[in-house]
Amino acid sequence: MATATKLFGASIKRREDPRLITGKGNYVDDVKLPGMTYASFIRSPHAHARIKRINTAKAKSAPGIVAVYTGEEVKTGPLPCGWLLPGIKIPPRPVLAQGKVRYVGEPVAIVIAESLYAAKDGADRVEVEYEPLPAIVNCEKAHAKSAPQLFDDVPENQSFDWSIGDKAKTDEAFKSAATVVRQRLVNQRLIPNAIEPRACMASYQPATGDLTLWVTSQNPHVHRLLIAAFVLGMPEHKMRVIAPDVGGGFGSKIFVYNEEVAVSWASKALGRPVKWTAERRESFMTDAHGRDHITDAEMAFDQGGKIIGLRVKTHANLGAYLSTFAPLVPSFLYGPLLSGVYTIPTIHCQVWGVLTNTAPVDAYRGAGRPEATYLLERMMDLAAKTLKVDPAELRRNNLIPADKFPYQTPVAFVYDSGNYTVALDRALELVGYKQVRDEQERGRKSGRYIGVGISTYLEACGPAPSQVAGQLGAQAGLWESAGVRVHPTGMVTVFTGSHSHGQGHETTFAQLAADELGIPYEHVEIVHGDTAAIPFGMGSYGSRSACVGGSAIHTSVQKIIEKGKKIAAHLLEAAEGDINFSDGKFSVKGSPDKAKAWGEVCLMAYLAHNLPQGMEPGLEATSFYDPVNFTFPFGAHIAVVEIDPETGHVKILRYVAVDDVGKMINPMIVDGMVHGGIAQGVAQALWEWGAYDDNGQLLTGTMMEYSLPKADQLPSYETDRTVTPSPVNPLGVKGAGETGTIASTPAIANAVIDALQPFGVTHIDMPLTPEKIWKAIAASKKN
Amino acid sequence: MSKIRMTINGVSQSHEVEPRLLLVHYLRELVGLTGTHIGCDTSQCGACTIMMNGMAVKSCTLLAVQADGAELTTIEGLARNGQLHPVQEGFWEKHGLQCGYCTPGMILSAVQILQRYPKPSEAEIRHQLEGNLCRCTGYHNIVKAIQYAADKMAQK
Repeated sequence: MATATKLFGASIKRREDPRLITGKGNYVDDVKLPGMTYASFIRSPHAHARIKRINTAKAKSAPGIVAVYTGEEVKTGPLPCGWLLPGIKIPPRPVLAQGKVRYVGEPVAIVIAESLYAAKDGADRVEVEYEPLPAIVNCEKAHAKSAPQLFDDVPENQSFDWSIGDKAKTDEAFKSAATVVRQRLVNQRLIPNAIEPRACMASYQPATGDLTLWVTSQNPHVHRLLIAAFVLGMPEHKMRVIAPDVGGGFGSKIFVYNEEVAVSWASKALGRPVKWTAERRESFMTDAHGRDHITDAEMAFDQGGKIIGLRVKTHANLGAYLSTFAPLVPSFLYGPLLSGVYTIPTIHCQVWGVLTNTAPVDAYRGAGRPEATYLLERMMDLAAKTLKVDPAELRRNNLIPADKFPYQTPVAFVYDSGNYTVALDRALELVGYKQVRDEQERGRKSGRYIGVGISTYLEACGPAPSQVAGQLGAQAGLWESAGVRVHPTGMVTVFTGSHSHGQGHETTFAQLAADELGIPYEHVEIVHGDTAAIPFGMGSYGSRSACVGGSAIHTSVQKIIEKGKKIAAHLLEAAEGDINFSDGKFSVKGSPDKAKAWGEVCLMAYLAHNLPQGMEPGLEATSFYDPVNFTFPFGAHIAVVEIDPETGHVKILRYVAVDDVGKMINPMIVDGMVHGGIAQGVAQALWEWGAYDDNGQLLTGTMMEYSLPKADQLPSYETDRTVTPSPVNPLGVKGAGETGTIASTPAIANAVIDALQPFGVTHIDMPLTPEKIWKAIAASKKN
Repeated sequence: MSKIRMTINGVSQSHEVEPRLLLVHYLRELVGLTGTHIGCDTSQCGACTIMMNGMAVKSCTLLAVQADGAELTTIEGLARNGQLHPVQEGFWEKHGLQCGYCTPGMILSAVQILQRYPKPSEAEIRHQLEGNLCRCTGYHNIVKAIQYAADKMAQK
């Protein structure tokens, strides 16, 4: 049995694992119900087309078919968009296409059958006649009068025009600059690819009017609220959403999708359970994609190499419709990050959100923050080259000093705490910066092309507080709930609104609660992912579970301890203020043998035979914790790569990551998050690209074309950390879910470009594939 | 319909199936063993890996009828008498999984790797894992988990 002390901060093994390593997990597609049916969707093969006719007769007469519905029948509300920006245009996004299709994969009809194979057969017999229309996929080209227009009332396909910062002041700074560095940066489209495909099953009970939806969701309450209230128009309390074991999300399972509404509607229509599980090709076509920015960036320096201004103009591709939080990602999760870890006196950032004939784009691991960090870190390396200074020195010269916190940036954020120089120095020490540079120098003389890439970064976790988010356009609060129920025996159940889909909350939250209560870890159970059990919850994204969800648990535990102290004081005939609670014992200050054990107090709370006058029996507490600010983890990553000039192949020789995520509940889990994050970020730099052709056909539509990283393409990572607690929450935690992804993309890109310096290469847009590198080397040899 | 028989995790199974039924769907839908997962449909991700007659195979790329008469082990059958297989233990000890979805296939591939390379180098492990994708761990701890299992099995 784990000891009751110092659980917070201990690398204990996960309690989720025994079921997951023995095949006893319970993912959505594993759930089976009597009488269940299977759905298959008919999807648009065109990027842009008018639907002339749909013939479902042949499908309806096929064996095993239960029903076929098109947009004619499924008349629900449109899928909602949960973040509004000033002047934003949000065209309606139907559950099944109405009259027109606007991206390849858009669902047009649903076939429901007695078996999966019958459903797929039936889908093959639905005939849809289309009149193809001109399509546009590039967001900069789409932002023009001459471009094909997706919606009649959205001219130039512009959904929003958003800016942040002081334009006049920034323009002034550029006039006085000693050096200006300019670069066009394309941050390519990514496709998230959680290994578990999206899935959902709806079961409607006609007798009671209750609808249960099992769904691959990172935030089941948000799913319930949006689907019940905004799309189906049914009472929220008659809908239950269960997100059981979920096989990875990375953002893609935050959003409300067409299929989830369609199966819910169909189950109500049929009175039978309806299940749909995506094939991987459907995931590629319809999971919300990430990134896809085209940016012109300019950075101004004074004569001493200090940054004096940053000017950014970005076209952000939103896809064909606005996904649930699409407007947030390239605006408030991007512009305010553009100060990074640097002192930048003035910044101006202009973003045009543009609709195109591609899958909707929304938050993907990092969401806006990787785009901002890539921009800053590429610009810093370009500047170092222009200014002829070492990239580490240029960064050190511009880092926000440790004595400036809390630090107000020129783009809205107030950073909580940080010590950026220490993290950079630690990473340089760990990689052996001087030796690596020496080796690079020696290598160049003998035809070896080694590159070193640095990325000093920060992340903003746990968007907050709700009031400010509301002013900025959020249609949701950004707090988290936690219920702590103490049972008569002293055992504890914690109900958290956070959702775990790989993060290990069942372990870490139990560590947190058991540690604060001074009881064995095994005595705490964590319940998540079921709207019927949990009061409400905002779910897990934006690295918010520890800092917001964990703080909510802490708040409820403190309420429990407070009530326990009252009961103990009464039993011990002492003043409440004289009761100490530690190691699971309530004792009287100064006379430690006058004490009541945790279990005695819990039992008395339920026996209620001897409680203070007027006290209600029972021992449980619910809290809704609304943080006062974001938290800002930070760090420094350094990559060392070698390029084969004959093939353009990149080999990662070293990867060093120094991260500061504040205090940690379970360092083993933090390390695991960092590793996985690095892999995803490296993959953006080198391999991944969600590519459409000019007609809007998805060229990377399966894992055969889209290059997910494999084990032998990645190195072992060398990780270390500094610990700067966050002052904005009671736990001092910051968040660790996305740091790796944010930091690693520019570290690798900078390393590759650094390796190519002898060939005069200053920039290549990602992914830095062997083909592009080989071409850049060949071009340089020609010149 | 075709009648097929096989032994799965030591238990005899017999079903009438459509000739086109994929082995993974047979396991998940008819036999009720949902530990074997489907991740990609195109043989890239390896989430559906099982052992067939002692060989690691991707059950999304086989028809159920092709397994007629075979002996299969799925993730549910790997632990014996309540004792985890060293590879399962390694994944738990070394935090070799996060969401757990790729894990059953990853573990069964690792079992095969250790049969072929009882003392694998890191490079051998990474190369041999090329048929299995993980999106959570960045592979770092999966490599450690397999090294743990190799050490443990060498002690026996």
